[in-house]
Amino acid sequence: MKRRLLPLLTLLVLLLGWEALVRIAQIPHYTLPAPSLVLQTLVAHFGSLAGSWWFTLKITFGALALACAGGVLIASVFALSRTAEAALFPIAVVLQVTPIVAIAPLILIYVESTTAALLLCAWIVAFFPILSNTVIGLRAADPNLRDLYHLYRATPWQRLRLLLVPSALPYFVAGLKVSGGLSLIGAVTAEMVAGAAGRETGLASRILEASFRTETPKMFAALLLLVLTGVLIFWSFEALSRALLGRWHASEQPD
Amino acid sequence: MTDPIVSLESVDKRFASGLLALSGARLQVAPGEFVALLGPSGCGKSTVLRLAAGLDAPSAGRIDAPALTNGEARTAFVFQEPTLMPWASVFDNVWLPLRLAGASRAAARERIEAVLAAVGLGDFAAAFPNELSGGMKMRVSIARALITRPQLLLMDEPFAALDEFTRQKLNSDLLDAWQQQDLAVLFVTHSVYEAVFLSQRVLVMSARPGRVVAEVAIDAPYPRHPAFRTSSAYLQACAALTQALEASHAPAA
Repeated sequence: MKRRLLPLLTLLVLLLGWEALVRIAQIPHYTLPAPSLVLQTLVAHFGSLAGSWWFTLKITFGALALACAGGVLIASVFALSRTAEAALFPIAVVLQVTPIVAIAPLILIYVESTTAALLLCAWIVAFFPILSNTVIGLRAADPNLRDLYHLYRATPWQRLRLLLVPSALPYFVAGLKVSGGLSLIGAVTAEMVAGAAGRETGLASRILEASFRTETPKMFAALLLLVLTGVLIFWSFEALSRALLGRWHASEQPD
Repeated sequence: MTDPIVSLESVDKRFASGLLALSGARLQVAPGEFVALLGPSGCGKSTVLRLAAGLDAPSAGRIDAPALTNGEARTAFVFQEPTLMPWASVFDNVWLPLRLAGASRAAARERIEAVLAAVGLGDFAAAFPNELSGGMKMRVSIARALITRPQLLLMDEPFAALDEFTRQKLNSDLLDAWQQQDLAVLFVTHSVYEAVFLSQRVLVMSARPGRVVAEVAIDAPYPRHPAFRTSSAYLQACAALTQALEASHAPAA
């Protein structure tokens, strides 16, 4: 109870302090809007913001789903073949270390559909943690258990399903937690680049558009939706982790 | 003597690192026999077990063992660690060998419950390994080994990490299980006392490269109760075995 209450209380105190500061110092709303004004703006503009929010959500979760599928698929290939890993892993690293803002304009040129381009950008940012964690996880099975499966003449499919996948699960979930946040960052970053090029899309372009018009409260309102989305993603993966690992993995055991 | 269930004939094992673990190793285990393999750490005892289980191939020599023939898996292995799947319940861990052989949960239920009751874990079928003590985990590991009604049970210092009290209890329980079925056991240990308490025959191995250098028969009849540990027969056997062990390692020392 205390662990849930404490962060909520901290947040509340910070918001009240912010509100008080804006009112007492009479800061104009185009410099720093009070939290109450941000909330009012969010309610007033929710109709137009909701459409953009939905778009950003689609890119984020679309990219995350593709990152899971791609990451796991490539990891399985790497786990089966050291040669494939040696040949392809450097390419994955290059994709991972290249700043997405730097290549997003190129991708937007080469890929005709903006949605597809944004998905690709967010995917590039999100897939690496899932890939590298799953590769390690698929190799993490207890060698004695591997011997036991050999002794009892398990088929390759049984070995994969009953031994390798459960062994890899904690690593995959850890990668998923990182990739969840990254896919949102990737989606918004790519939207920023696309929005600057004049194509209206998700919440990022709402923020850009509001910034051109110095509608600071609206910028904050869009930002609030992004923060909520990020927190929601984090929470849902924490819950997923508890559901999948809670009974048996050390990472989910109480201290 | 009937045909042995396991036999190693002039077996060498050299690892990829170049290390010669076994040189001219020779041993036989008869069906239903309880044999201990005794020797210092690193003498290749575990290598013998892995070869007999078909987990490694010899560099030279000839091995006959049920794991090396085709057909049903009739060999069970108990490692030094319990080696349970942490994500699976006790029930599912014990089910594994039958499950890999194609038996459904429902079909296996009766046998699993019986074997769990036999090792004293009847109430723990739904528990997860991380909820059990070290001794209980080892019991699960033994239950999993016995579930297939194997012909041959290979045990690699299974009780080395347990406290003395738990170890003696598990020794007795293991003998009970062995007497109730037609089962040959090859039991690796570095404890003279454990070897004498459990086995009919103790094979002493030399330091690396390992081979069997002495054989001591333990004639005391079964069932052997805990009182056997304080009997003069037990103490004499321990003394004889200690002498054999010292004699076999004297030149190296």
